[in-house]
Amino acid sequence: MSVLLFTLLVLLGSFIAGFLGSLTGLGGGVVIVPLLALLFHVDMRYAIGASLVSVIATSSGAAAAYVREGYSNMRIGMFLEIATTVGAIVGALIAAHVSTSTIAIVFGFVLIYSAYLSIRTQPPHPVNEPQDRISRTLRLDSEYPTPQGAEHYTVHRIPLGFSLMFGAGTLSGLLGIGSGAVKVLAMDQAMRIPFKVSTTTSNFMIGVTAAASAGIYLARGYIDPGIAMPVVLGALGGSMLGAKVLIHARTKILRIVFSVVIVALGFEMIFNGFTGRL
Amino acid sequence: MNSNPKISNSPAHHWNDRSIELIIGQLLRAGVLLSASVVILGGIVYLTRHGHTTADYRTFHGDTSPLRTLAGISHGTMQFSARAIIQFGLLLLIATPIARVIFSAVAFAFERDYLYVAFTLAVLAILTYSLLGS
Repeated sequence: MSVLLFTLLVLLGSFIAGFLGSLTGLGGGVVIVPLLALLFHVDMRYAIGASLVSVIATSSGAAAAYVREGYSNMRIGMFLEIATTVGAIVGALIAAHVSTSTIAIVFGFVLIYSAYLSIRTQPPHPVNEPQDRISRTLRLDSEYPTPQGAEHYTVHRIPLGFSLMFGAGTLSGLLGIGSGAVKVLAMDQAMRIPFKVSTTTSNFMIGVTAAASAGIYLARGYIDPGIAMPVVLGALGGSMLGAKVLIHARTKILRIVFSVVIVALGFEMIFNGFTGRL
Repeated sequence: MNSNPKISNSPAHHWNDRSIELIIGQLLRAGVLLSASVVILGGIVYLTRHGHTTADYRTFHGDTSPLRTLAGISHGTMQFSARAIIQFGLLLLIATPIARVIFSAVAFAFERDYLYVAFTLAVLAILTYSLLGS
């Protein structure tokens, strides 16, 4: 395949991945690595390198739109980024010492688990929980806009959330993904932060988390300009378009379809990992 | 809300946070647009020069690439090497969230929120270690 054709096809694939990732809230990174590795036969290291850089682009590009809505909580984000960035470095260091087949297998399981997280029904937060001491000390409690006016919320189980964030960072550094699903799980389910606040704050954190492993990826030569160029531009364009049409889209059906695709890719990655083809 | 003399330890700090967040959002978008423009420029040069060659990424050669270091990228960019220009754009992209962290540290310092200045500097130290330590 010529460089021109390769670039155009990867650009198109990444555009679709970024578009669907932004519509469903699952992020484009989870599809870009399997797309490059399974369809274009790109080495796993190049694939996760390109994906990681695209994750920085999509999360930073969406940030301006998200802050305008007024949900994100900068303090929660910054505090938890201590955990995600340390995790990201650990993940990037692990990536250098395990085989690409192992990374493919882990990737497959993460894909399947992400799909499960996105389609299951969320258990509601318990009401009237007592205020958390750590949260008050760290001034994490805040308020967010609702149709009925500003609503106050408190943050809970901070040590658990912090540990989960370390895990999210490790997965991000190991697999070159934003791991937004795990970040939202940590904030929404563990720390009982309102869902909208969790998703927008997660988006904020993804860029910083990815930047922490990007330096290590760059030094190891995982970031190849020939692959990263179409992946970054395609994913960025797709996610920006996705954010524009988000309001009109019927995301429920789309989310289910996209989840099925992700599960299929997950099994494919695991199979190829075990047979040593990746 | 800028006329409000009470800064932290009052509900007013949410409003300060809000305006900082808006500036950060713009900062991130500007960084992405700038780096994407550089990547597009490099990409056009790359495709005109190498578009007809064969793409093969099956085997990993990254460990010998000159574009793994800041010195290699800046040297290549000076030579107007297409791949180096793209890599320079990607470097700007990686720097964008780091600029956000630096800005946040300054913003928290203005709010006299020293606990969060410390948290932000911790994140900055980790990012610096990753970029320079490896």
